[in-house]
Order: sequence, then structure tokens, then C-alpha cells
Amino acid sequence: MRKVRAATFNTGSRHGVSDQDPVVSDTVDLKALLEESKVADVLDELDRDLIGLKPVKNRIREIASLLVVEKARAALGVSGAPLSLHMSFTGNPGTGKTTVAMRMAEILHRLGHVRKGHLVAVTRDDLVGQYIGHTAPKTKEVLKKAMGGVLFIDEAYYLYRPENERDYGQEAIEILMQVMENQREDLVVIFAGYKSRIERFFESNPGLASRVAHHIDFPDYSEGELLQIADRMVGGLGLQLSADARQALSEYVERRRRQPNFANARSIRNALDRARLRQARRLIEAGRVDAETLTTIEAADIRASRVFDAVRDDDSTKEAAC
Amino acid sequence: MRVTQGTFSFLPDLTDEQIARQVDYALSQGWAVSIEHTDDAHPRNVYWEMWGMPMFDLKDAAGLMYELAECRKVFGDRYIKVNAFDSTLGFETMRLSFIVNRPAVEPDFRLTRAEGPGRNVQYGLETRRQ
Amino acid sequence: MAKQAQDQAAAGQRTSGNTAKRYRAGVLKYKEMGYWVPDYEPSATDLLAIFRITPQEGVDPEEAAAAVAGESSTATWTVVWTDRLTAAESYRAKAYRVDPVPGAPDQYFAWIAYDLALFEEGSIANLTASIIGNVFGFKPLKALRLEDMRFPLAYVKTFKGPPTGIVVERERLDKYGRPLLGATIKPKLGLSGKNYGRVVYEALTGGLDFTKDDENINSQPFMHWRDRFLFCMEAVNKAQSGSGEVKGHYLNVTAGTMEEMYRRAEFARELGSCILMVDLVIGWTAIQSMSEWARQNDMILHMHRAGHGTYTRQKNHGISFRVIAKWLRLAGVDHLHCGTAVGKLEGDPLQVQGFYNVCRDAVTREDLPRGLFVEQDWAALRKVMPVASGGIHAGQMHQLLDLFGDDVVLQFGGGTIGHPMGVQAGAIANRVALESMVLARNEGRDIANEGPEILAAAARDCKPLEAALTTWKNVTFNYASTDTSDFVPSVSVA
Repeated sequence: MRKVRAATFNTGSRHGVSDQDPVVSDTVDLKALLEESKVADVLDELDRDLIGLKPVKNRIREIASLLVVEKARAALGVSGAPLSLHMSFTGNPGTGKTTVAMRMAEILHRLGHVRKGHLVAVTRDDLVGQYIGHTAPKTKEVLKKAMGGVLFIDEAYYLYRPENERDYGQEAIEILMQVMENQREDLVVIFAGYKSRIERFFESNPGLASRVAHHIDFPDYSEGELLQIADRMVGGLGLQLSADARQALSEYVERRRRQPNFANARSIRNALDRARLRQARRLIEAGRVDAETLTTIEAADIRASRVFDAVRDDDSTKEAAC
Repeated sequence: MRVTQGTFSFLPDLTDEQIARQVDYALSQGWAVSIEHTDDAHPRNVYWEMWGMPMFDLKDAAGLMYELAECRKVFGDRYIKVNAFDSTLGFETMRLSFIVNRPAVEPDFRLTRAEGPGRNVQYGLETRRQ
Repeated sequence: MAKQAQDQAAAGQRTSGNTAKRYRAGVLKYKEMGYWVPDYEPSATDLLAIFRITPQEGVDPEEAAAAVAGESSTATWTVVWTDRLTAAESYRAKAYRVDPVPGAPDQYFAWIAYDLALFEEGSIANLTASIIGNVFGFKPLKALRLEDMRFPLAYVKTFKGPPTGIVVERERLDKYGRPLLGATIKPKLGLSGKNYGRVVYEALTGGLDFTKDDENINSQPFMHWRDRFLFCMEAVNKAQSGSGEVKGHYLNVTAGTMEEMYRRAEFARELGSCILMVDLVIGWTAIQSMSEWARQNDMILHMHRAGHGTYTRQKNHGISFRVIAKWLRLAGVDHLHCGTAVGKLEGDPLQVQGFYNVCRDAVTREDLPRGLFVEQDWAALRKVMPVASGGIHAGQMHQLLDLFGDDVVLQFGGGTIGHPMGVQAGAIANRVALESMVLARNEGRDIANEGPEILAAAARDCKPLEAALTTWKNVTFNYASTDTSDFVPSVSVA
């Protein structure tokens, strides 16, 4: 049914038609197929826009290649079993899982594996109800909205609470599994969260695990990468770091990484947000300023962070992690 | 008899593929789709049973097709229709409504006539089940 | 008091230097009497009228515009001192703009503003007595045509508008997502009540939503009105029971007196009809009365624009149909014949689309190619269902759907009743053609270009449609329209 739809009702799965038919008798020009799908643009953008994440980018290129090859097989009529594209994205907070998921949705869309290419990001609360009879409609509601695109379940392991036999999470898992199996062409599900916990979640739910074909691990960023990320964020806000401030930030990153609840890029964004607040207060106190001062974050704005306090109490770590 | 309510009743019954295309059209117009069913298609029976609430934020017809499959499992021998609702100011009404499932044997309607003075006739319509 | 005096003084100065001179007995040019005010900025509460004027040779267009303003408001041919007992400056209509008509060197568009206080609330009779009352016979003009009007919100809100409207009509009929289908019973004259009802039954059973009395079907010797009503309602009810659909026949209640029209309307209601019909020739006050009756009795009111061609067709003189459509929306009708663009009756496609906009918009935007000179906010007044009727057939379905969209009644009279396999077959052909076209359009097909293919494909499984396409395949009415756009070259779609 879906194949016919893609052919007669263009929902975006066929982007542009090249002059040369990539399929000529019994050979296939894979490069032309890749070109035609415009998926290379998304991959290049991914390389350009996201700092680091080398292994992730490689895995995504692999998956994209697989999809193109699969398309070629289909074109030659030697297609095997339908592809399972459900995935897991594991890694610590702030390592770019949601961002990459959005790009993934775009790639799947351009290659014709999802029809619309939108991403619906949810957590347990969006799927599981609090009373009997609430969970199935809630889960179905989310699934229906995600159909045609990608469903991204963050911290998916919270769906499973073995300590409570009556937990409604199990009901959500059942429905998910059903749709993942029966409506593969309607949506792709990505399970996301800490690596170890996702692994344990899959161990306890082998039925689910067997339907997830691709596992991508997101490594923590190096200090250098985090600083690069900070530079981009600051640039994106139309601001700049003074040389001293950059030095201070580098020290900040080094210290913050060793503290609990470190959330990679997200922690950097939070640190910069607080630095902007401090900068604003400093500027107001200064009274008259020029444009340069107005757009420059100074070392003091960063060093005022509690991360630099010699004595750290619980409070400071909480605050720094938020 | 074949009840000819709905947008496409004079065409052969729509395939799932055709239904999905109509739903995609409705979604592309920003309309919310919904499913209703009944065992009595009397023309004055305005309120068919709702199969859940209107689906307001669908991006793709698959969501409706999923519910339609569920509804058919339960009410496969009833009339089922798909509606598309437009909340735009000045419309706020259905913009498309078509039957997607029919009972194996459709009931017909019996016309009753109560004669009055001056050749006046009061007409009534009753659903007649086989 | 002081303010008024100032205004009067200002008015006097603006026109002729001083008040005393302005009101000296005798004849003044209209321009000098205060009817030409080029720096006037119309207020949001003014009514605006755009006239096409053709002045006599030697008459200055501004003077001609001022004369139209004067003669359609306070002026008479000579100065009257009694003006000074009034706030004359307010009551004078003001011509404030004159534009040459593109491509017509002797014609001008004159823009005239009227103060809201000049008009009685909720009365088209009063409105028209002012705007078109005297002025159309005025000698210094060779010809005059009322092209468009803008009504202020405050005035629109004094009218109740259509008793049913498109949305409620569809909800009552339970018909969505496609144009409605109708047919006028033919022959127009001579059928007995029983034979007439037979045609109604065949057409409705075949698949039409409505059938229609023609404009001159009232109560003639060959068929008295009661007989027609009874036979038609038997046909309607029988067709409903055979299809499960709500159907209707527009019972024409046009008659010689209001009393007789009410009598016929009451009987239509008693018999359970969902719709009745009047002709435009019954006049504005009668139309408003029937509208109010339809509102009280939950009946759809179908308007047949009988007679309009006498004053709407010629481009240089009369009233544009878009103005008639605006008046009728205010007066309150539910269905209005607005032309087909492709059929046998006058109608340039762009102009006709303009009429449809007037019927169906929440706010009608300025659109010069479609003849819409000014924006009109309809203040949530219900929408009129336009009717396309006259010389159209199933083979034009793609053009009709493409031109007019879903909210329209497509009426195939000859195109149903003249079908070689009979009336039912004619109705089936039309319904199948329509549903196939809507299905294809919704699937994203380019119906304007692929229409004939889509029809041919549908006809493969539908003999009646195949026969219809064969019978009428070469029928077009490809004559040049007279009422065409002044702003774009005219095209014919036939």
C-alpha cells in the first residue's frame, strides 16, 4: 500500500528527478541515487553544524548508505525483508541526541523511509497514565501524532518499573511494540538515555530489543570540543568572549566536568546563560558603555560561578547542574 | 439498498489507499480528522457514535488509518465514516465526510404517509432492518 | 452650535468663497455646491459607491462625478435656501476621486462617499432609492453604471443577512466536501403537477441533491401551485427514502401579493420542504420579508435572479451584478445564481469569480481583475451559496470545480433531463463526474488539465457518464462576454 502511495502521491519521498535514470537495465548508479535523495546535504550539514561526535557521524553515514543500497536493491527488484529502522541513541545528557534525532528524521524522510519527517519527542509522562485505562489512549495518541515521522522517547527506561508489577508502563511498551512491528513504514522509534540503563532496559524487554536494529552511542565531549561549542553558542548570541574570559571558561569546563550532574553541551549553555546575567548586571552598574563592552563577556562574569568556589556544598552542584 | 450519504458514495467503495489520500488532503488543509460509526444511517440520525475524539495534531494519515483498523475490528458490520473538521473562523464545521465501511446488508427506509385534509400528506421515514 | 457654524462656514469657503454667495438663488455647478471634494478622506463609517460615468461631450468628468454625488444625495437642479436649515455639509455625498477607465477614453470611475446618517437601517429599499433612485436618468451623463459599493460595518450590522448560510445549510443536509448538485425541471412550462413531480423524483433518485422550479413557474392554468407542491414533496420524500440522503425541491413561492407568497410558503413548510424559492423581480422589500419568514421557519431561501440581465449586462450602463449580490447578501438570501462562466449565460470567468467572492467571503478583498474595487468586511454575516446554472454539463465538471471550489450548487437542467438514457441516468452521470473530480483533486491531481482524462476514466465504469460525455462533448458557448474586466485581458474558458 505504501509503495503505491509514494509513487502516485508525492509526500516528499521523491525529491527532484535527475535527468539520468539511476537504474539502467541491471546496474544501479548508487552515487546518482544518493545525489537524487539530497541526503548528502543533510550529512554535510551534520558534519558542519555539530562539533565532535565523530563515531556518531560515522554511524549515521553507515545507516544512510545502507538505506541507499536498500533503495537500489528495491529498484532492481532484489529487495529482501523490509528494513527495521528503530534505533537507540545512548549517551550522557547534553551529547546531542535530540539534535541528531532531528537530522535523522530528515535523512529518513529524504530517503523515503518516513513520509513527513517530523520528530515527536516524549518521555514516560506523555505515554503512561496514572489510572487504569488511561495508558492505552495516551500512548496511541502519541503514536498517531508521530506517524509519518520519528518518535523519540527520552529516558525510555522509565517506561519499565519491575519493582511495581501493576505499573502501567508495561502497557505502553506492549502497544509500542505492536506498532513498531506492524507499522514499520509508518514510524521509526528512537529510544534514548544513559547507555547502561538503556542496555538494562533492553535486557529486561527482549521483545522490544529485538526490534531495535541500530544502536548509536554518543560519547562525552572533550574539553576542546566543549570550548568550541561555547564559542559557537556565544557567536550565535551575537556576543564574544574576551581572551581572559575564554581562559576562565576553559578552567570552568575542566572543573565542571569533574563535578556531579555534568551535562556536556547543556551545562555549557547553562554556564553561558548565567554569565550573561552577570554581565548584564555588571553593565547596568557601569552606567554608560560602548558597543564592544556591551557584547563582550569578561572573565569576571565566568569566574563568579560557584564552580570556582574552593568549598563546594551540595547546593552549588545542584545549581550548577540545572 | 446503498445509502448514498457522504462525499464519495457514488464511487466504488474507497480502498484504504484512497482513504489515506483523502485524509492526507484533509491534514494538508489543517483540518482535524475523526471517525464515527452507527448501525442506523437514518438521514435525521445526526449523531453517530464517536470513535474517540477528533485527532487534532496528526501529521500523517497513518494515525487515522490505525484507528480505522481498530474501529473496524469492533464495528466491522456498521457504517463507519471519516470526517474532517475545519476550525477556521466562518467555517467551524465539517469540510469533508465520507463513508469508509458499510454493513454487509444495509437496512433500508420505509416511507410512511399520513393523509390529512386537502390532499395534505405528512411523511415519515423509518429504518427497516432485514 | 459654534462647531456647526464653523463647519458650515468652512463648507462655504471650500465651495464658492462664502456662504451667502453659495446659497444665492440660481443654478450652480455641482462642483461648486460641495459635491466635489478631492481632498476628502472617506471615514470608516461612510458608504462608498464606485460609478462608471460616461459624461456627455464637453462635460467635465469631475463635474459629472459631482452631479452623480449630488443627485444621489441632497441636490436638486437649483440652489435651495432650505439647505441652510440642515447640516448640509454632512448630508452631501462627496465625489472625491475620478479615475479614467483603462481602454475606454470617454469613461471614468467616480468614487463617492455617503454619510451613514443618510440611510435607514436594515432597508435595501431605502438604500437603493438613494443610490440609484434618480441619478440614472440624469441628462448630462450619456450612461452610468454602479460598479461596486463598500458598506461600513455599522451599516452591515443593521441587516440580518442570509437566514441559513452555507455552513448551516450543509449541516442540515449532511453534505460536505463537494459542490451540491441541482437541476431545473424542464420543460419550463406546460407540465402537469404529476408529470412535473415525476421529473423531480427521477432526478433526485438518480443522485441530485436539489431540483428547482424555474423562475416563471408560479400557478398557471396547466399546473396550480398546490398541486405542484404536493407532487413535488411526494417525489422528494420518496427519493429520500430510497437514498438515505436529505434532498429538496426549491418550491417557487413567487406570487402577486405578499399575502399569497406567505400562504404558499406556509404550505411548503407544512409539507416538510427544507427550501423555498423567490424571484428577484418580487422586489427588495418582498425579498427582505421572505428572508425574515425563512429565518423564523428554518427554511433555506433560494433566489433566482430573474430579470437582472436587463440592468447588469451592459458594461456602460446599469448596475454590476456584484452590487446586486452585495445587496442580496445584506437582504438575506441563502442561494444566489451567480453565473457559470462556461455555460450559456453571460459571464466572464473573472467577473463571475468576483460575484462568488462577494457571496462567500468573510472579508472580500480588493481585487480589480475580478471587479472588486474595495475591501468589504461582512461582519460575520452568513455566507450565500452561489448557484451555477445554465447550459452546463458533466463534461465541464473539472472546469466548474476548478473555478468555483466546493461551496456552490451546480445545476444541470438540460444536462440531467436531456440525457439520452433518461433523467436518472443524467443525474447519475453528474454525481459520478462530480465525486470522481473531487476525489482526484483531493489526491493532488491537476484537474484543470487532467479533467478530461479523469472523466474518461470514471466513465469506463459508468455507462450514464460515458453517454453524457459523448452526447455533449462538443457543446460550448464560446461567445465574448460583454461584462468583462477593465483591468486584465478577458479570457474565455469554454
